[in-house]
Parts: sequence; C-alpha cells; structure tokens
Amino acid sequence: MAGITPIVMPKWGLSMKEGTVMAWLVDEGTEITVGMPILDVETDKIANAVEAADPGLLRRKIANEGELLPVKALLGVMGGDDVSDADIDAYVASYVMPVVGDGDDEDAGPKTQWADVDGLRIRYAKRGAESGTPVLFIHGFGGDLDNWLFNIDAVGEHSPVVALDLPGHGQSTVKLPGASITALAEFVDHFMAAIDLPKAHIVGHSMGGAVASQLALAHPDRVASLTLIASAGLGDEINVGYTGGFAAAGSRRDLKPLLEQLFNDGSLVSRQMIDDVLKYKRLDGVDALLTELNAGLFDGGRQSEQPGLKLGSTGKPVLAVWGREDRIVPASHASKAPAGATVEIFDGAGHMVQLERANDVNALIKRHVGV
Amino acid sequence: MARKISLKQAVNEAIDQEMSRDPTVIMLGEDIVGGTGADGEMDAWGGVLGVTKGLYAKHGDRLLDTPLSESAYVGAAIGAAACGMRPIAELMFIDFMGVCFDQIFNQAAKFKYMFGGHAETPVVIRAMVGAGFRAAAQHSQMLTPIFAHIPGLKVVCPSNPYDTKGLLIQSIRDNDPVIFCEHKNLYAMEGEVPEGSYTIPFGEANIVREGKHCTIVTYGLMVHRSLDAANTLAKEGIDVEVVDLRTLSPLDIDTVLESVTKTGRLVCVDEASPRCNIATDISAQVAMHAFRALKAQIEMVCPPHVPVPFSPSLEDLYIPGAPAIAEAVRRTVKGKN
Repeated sequence: MAGITPIVMPKWGLSMKEGTVMAWLVDEGTEITVGMPILDVETDKIANAVEAADPGLLRRKIANEGELLPVKALLGVMGGDDVSDADIDAYVASYVMPVVGDGDDEDAGPKTQWADVDGLRIRYAKRGAESGTPVLFIHGFGGDLDNWLFNIDAVGEHSPVVALDLPGHGQSTVKLPGASITALAEFVDHFMAAIDLPKAHIVGHSMGGAVASQLALAHPDRVASLTLIASAGLGDEINVGYTGGFAAAGSRRDLKPLLEQLFNDGSLVSRQMIDDVLKYKRLDGVDALLTELNAGLFDGGRQSEQPGLKLGSTGKPVLAVWGREDRIVPASHASKAPAGATVEIFDGAGHMVQLERANDVNALIKRHVGV
Repeated sequence: MARKISLKQAVNEAIDQEMSRDPTVIMLGEDIVGGTGADGEMDAWGGVLGVTKGLYAKHGDRLLDTPLSESAYVGAAIGAAACGMRPIAELMFIDFMGVCFDQIFNQAAKFKYMFGGHAETPVVIRAMVGAGFRAAAQHSQMLTPIFAHIPGLKVVCPSNPYDTKGLLIQSIRDNDPVIFCEHKNLYAMEGEVPEGSYTIPFGEANIVREGKHCTIVTYGLMVHRSLDAANTLAKEGIDVEVVDLRTLSPLDIDTVLESVTKTGRLVCVDEASPRCNIATDISAQVAMHAFRALKAQIEMVCPPHVPVPFSPSLEDLYIPGAPAIAEAVRRTVKGKN
C-alpha cells in the first residue's frame, strides 16, 4: 500500500527463527530516521536493538513487549500523515508474513559452504552485495563464524562478505595447520586462493586480528585494509586464565563463568550460547587442539607473536576497535596500533565488542572499507 | 548449520563411527545381519526396527546374528567385554532383559568390584523402552529404575538425536557396563547432529528450558511432554524450568538441587511405574538435601501402577501427558507470591 512501510522481525545470523520483543524504544508518532534504534529484541543467542532500515513516521506498534514472534513478523507500521488510520488498519489486517525457510531452504542465498584447503574441510559463509571489494571476517580463539552474527549481514548490505571457521574451529576439520599465528595466516592465504578471493578488507577479532595482521605483513597483496577488533598481536598481555580455562572446560558449569568474561554484561551469555560452545568442544580432538593452540600462542602466559606492532611498514589503513572493559586482551593495546590508525574504544563493552556494540562497530567497519 | 537426522539414524551413526575407529567394537543381536544379500527390503534387516541397517555391509563379521536367546548372547557379550572387546548387545525390547538378570546384575555389574578393580566390562546393552507403540504389556515397559538400582551399571536414556549420538559414543568408550535405553516413540524424531564423533559426559543433566517458578525433572519421551506443559503454563504466567537427566546412573543431582533451590518447587515426571522409580528417588533426595528451599509439596507425575494396557485408548490414558504435568505444576504454584 502506498506510503506505508512495515517494521518486521529481523533475521540476525543463520540460525535465528524467532525473537522476543523486549522493549519499544520509541513512541507512536515519532519521526524515525534511518539507523535509529526502534526496539530491543532478544534471540536465544543474544539481545540487540532493531534499527530502522527506512525513514518514516511510526504510526502503529503491533508487537507487544514480551511477545515471541517469528522472523519477518510485523512489529510496527510507519506511514506519512497523509495515510489514514483506516488504511493502516487495512494494511495490518492484510499483512501476510513472507515465507521464511525453516533452516533447510534459507531465504537469503547460500548459508554456508565448504572449501577444501590443504586437505582440510573448511566451512565458510559468503553473502552480501554482488560487487565491490569483499570483506573477510576472521574469528578468534575458540570462536567460529557465528561470532559475526550481527555484523556480516549489516556490512553485507554494501559489500560482499565472507566469514570462515578457522581450522579446528566451528565445523571445520579438527586439525591445525600449525599452532602459531604465522601458520594460521598462511592458511588464510591458501583459503583465499581456494575460494578465489584475491584481495579483501580483513576484519579480525582477537586471535583473528593477529592472523589478519600477519597476513598483511606476509601477503600484503591480499589485504585492502585491516579492522582489528579487541585484537591480539598488539602487545604481549593476554588473559590465559580465559584461554586455558576455555580449552579445558568440559561442562556448562565450567564454561559459563568463562564465557561471561567475554562480555561487559555477563547476562548476555544465554543457555543457547553455552550449548553451542559445548557442542563444539565435545567434538573428538577439539580440547586437545585448543590446548595445543593455547600453548603455541600464549606460552608462558604471554602472546608470543605480535605482528600488529609491525603494521606501520605496510601502509595499510588500520581501524582498531576495543571495548573498554575487555578482560581478555586489555584495551590499552589499542594505543599500539600503527600511526595513522583510526582507534575507537567503547565504554561499557567487553571483548565481544562486535556483538555488544554491533551497530556502532558495523558503522565503523563500513566507513573504514569506504562504503 | 549441522544437518538433521533422526534419533534412529543417530544410533546407527554412533555405532558405525565407533566400529570404524576401534576394531574391538563388535555387535551381537537378533536379526541384525539376517537377510544380507537378498533384494531390497529383505537385505540385512538391521534389527527389529532396522536401526542398524547398513552396518553389516561396512563392518562384516563384527556383527553377529544370534539365536533368540537373550540370556546366551548378553552373557557372551559380557564375557567378551571382560576379555578385551567392546561389545554392543542389542535387545529388541528392554522387557526381555528379565532372562539375563544374572549375567547383568551378578556378573557384569560386579566384576570390577569383586576382582579388586582388575577386571573391566566395557559392554553396552541397547534396548527399546517405553509405551505408546501399541505393543502391549510385554514390549512397552520403562524399566530404567530396575537398572539404576544396581551399583556397577550405568543407565542412559536420551531424549533427542544429538544427545543420543554423543551418549552412545560415550557408552561404547566407557569401561563400565552401560544399559542404553532408546525410546521407540522418539526414533523418528529429527534434530541437528554434527557429522563428526563427539561424546557427552555421563552424569551431566541438561537444562532444556530455563524458568523461575517450578522445576520439572524428567528424561526420555517425557522431556517433550514436559516442554509441551511448560509452553501451556507460560501463557498462564507460570515459568517452568525443565531438567533432562539424560543419564539416570550416574545421576546429576547437583543440577537438580541447584534448580530447585532457584525455583522452590519440584515436579518429577517419569514414564516408569510409580513405585520405587526415578521420580521417587529424585523426590527423596530433594526432600533430604533441599527441604528448606521448597515452597510447596513435591509432585510426581507417573503412569498408574498397572501393566501397560493393549487397548489403544487405555494406553493413551496410561502414559503421562502434558495436561497432567501442567496440572501438577499448577498445584505447586497455587497461591504463589
């Protein structure tokens, strides 16, 4: 109907099927601008604000606070002054929810794919825009591509995006190319060759930031720019209580307090998040692999490789993002980013700043990669 | 996203992967091999419901068809386990265990203790459990409490495909005798299961739903009935936590006590006959260790103390359903503040 814009339940990440409306952040009659947070939604993984994709006057709130609704359900309606209440009523009454795949037939292109790299089976997601320099996301120690749940689709609006599960992580083969940042960076180079990705903007989180930095040093042609989020490789301090504890943890009871250290707001650690990590850790060989990787990277409680400190010579544009309350890699390491780097430190956020401050981090990445 | 497979396929995959990994894993059972080489449907039957179909083609003579004598082949499996193999014995129905009680209770469960820890018996005895299959009194029992009663046995009863694969692999690798109970009415249930091998440790209950007003402790098929009840109750403003025990021996009583300490209320749901079952055991332990946390009487939802009826309408009445579970929860929260 002309002049009417729906606000619908978003789909954050591959596995989201429904979300609970926690709170409306605006009142009916508010003039909405693009990017304005409209309401808080909680999924089984995490809570986040739904931002306006379109501008308009909020005419009607449909979803009630506390209500659990499927992806694409109508949450509210925007429309100009010239649209009558009757037209709004008619629109709401006739709203038909678009069919959403139940996980087997996703709506938005391929979900995840597999690549054979150096004999290992590597899972990756490739989505987003058709053209432009792609953005490659590299997760941290013990992480997987779901660490970019709130980022890849937002960044993908303007750029092709790729996120991978590093070897021994997520659903990729449980085997390391070597227990070092250098070995992982070489592997990412081979991965990029395998999926025909000559060059990308690299976004790395934590250990993935060190891998990205090393990639820029060893294979500068692969790297258009670097975004280092709560990155390793910019100093020698590291919370090995976390990394070692994570490698050893075998139960929900062990894991919960560890995962809570990743966030400023520990209550963001949901049952589902712990379950997902446990499912990964129970796979044959994962705990031994993480223990080996932890020993290789953080021998003696220190980061053994600091490629981030040498980035000045590469001339690559660098964006460094941190959460002030990071309990894994201290935010003070942001000051070691090369001269000319853009540095952004968010108060009230922890190590998983890309989840806790997703909207802000996405805006920074988009500006950094020039879209 | 991991692919989805049925609980029945999860059993098959766990055995297949362990047989591939460990040459000492063998399998004994009725009709697990028979028919091999015949056309189509008749080819290697894979047990009474086809759970192990396809394994003979891959692992050959490590699968043995046995005569219809559970006492003989369960005894043989236990003997082989004591001599270094890791046998899996498949019984069609747990109801037939009665003829092997000496082998299980007096031999397998006792070796480690009576030989000063020098003997191990890494045997898995798998069998179908539970009612709702129109299979009458001798093929429908939930006999978990009988085995949980015996020290030296481990007892597992999973509620979903993911847990089934991880717990069965753990059972095969475990050095003690394990009674692995598969609910026949969950065989068709599908869920996401990783392709690789993984284990779920014994004695770790799973909180399948978090809530703050009342704790339901259950296992097997009753997990799903309890979740249905919890969904109904949520609409009434009653927020229920559901604990899936997963293994009945060892028992994760810590998770139960933690949950009851949080909610102050307990409903035990058990498909086994109501006397001396898992529900009574949990109730007693909670009454003993968390009495002061309780804000209301403990409730139990179990079938009546009768054999499983053959009449379909009576059998449906026999099995605890979501309405009865919801009603029990309502009794505990009456007048809650």
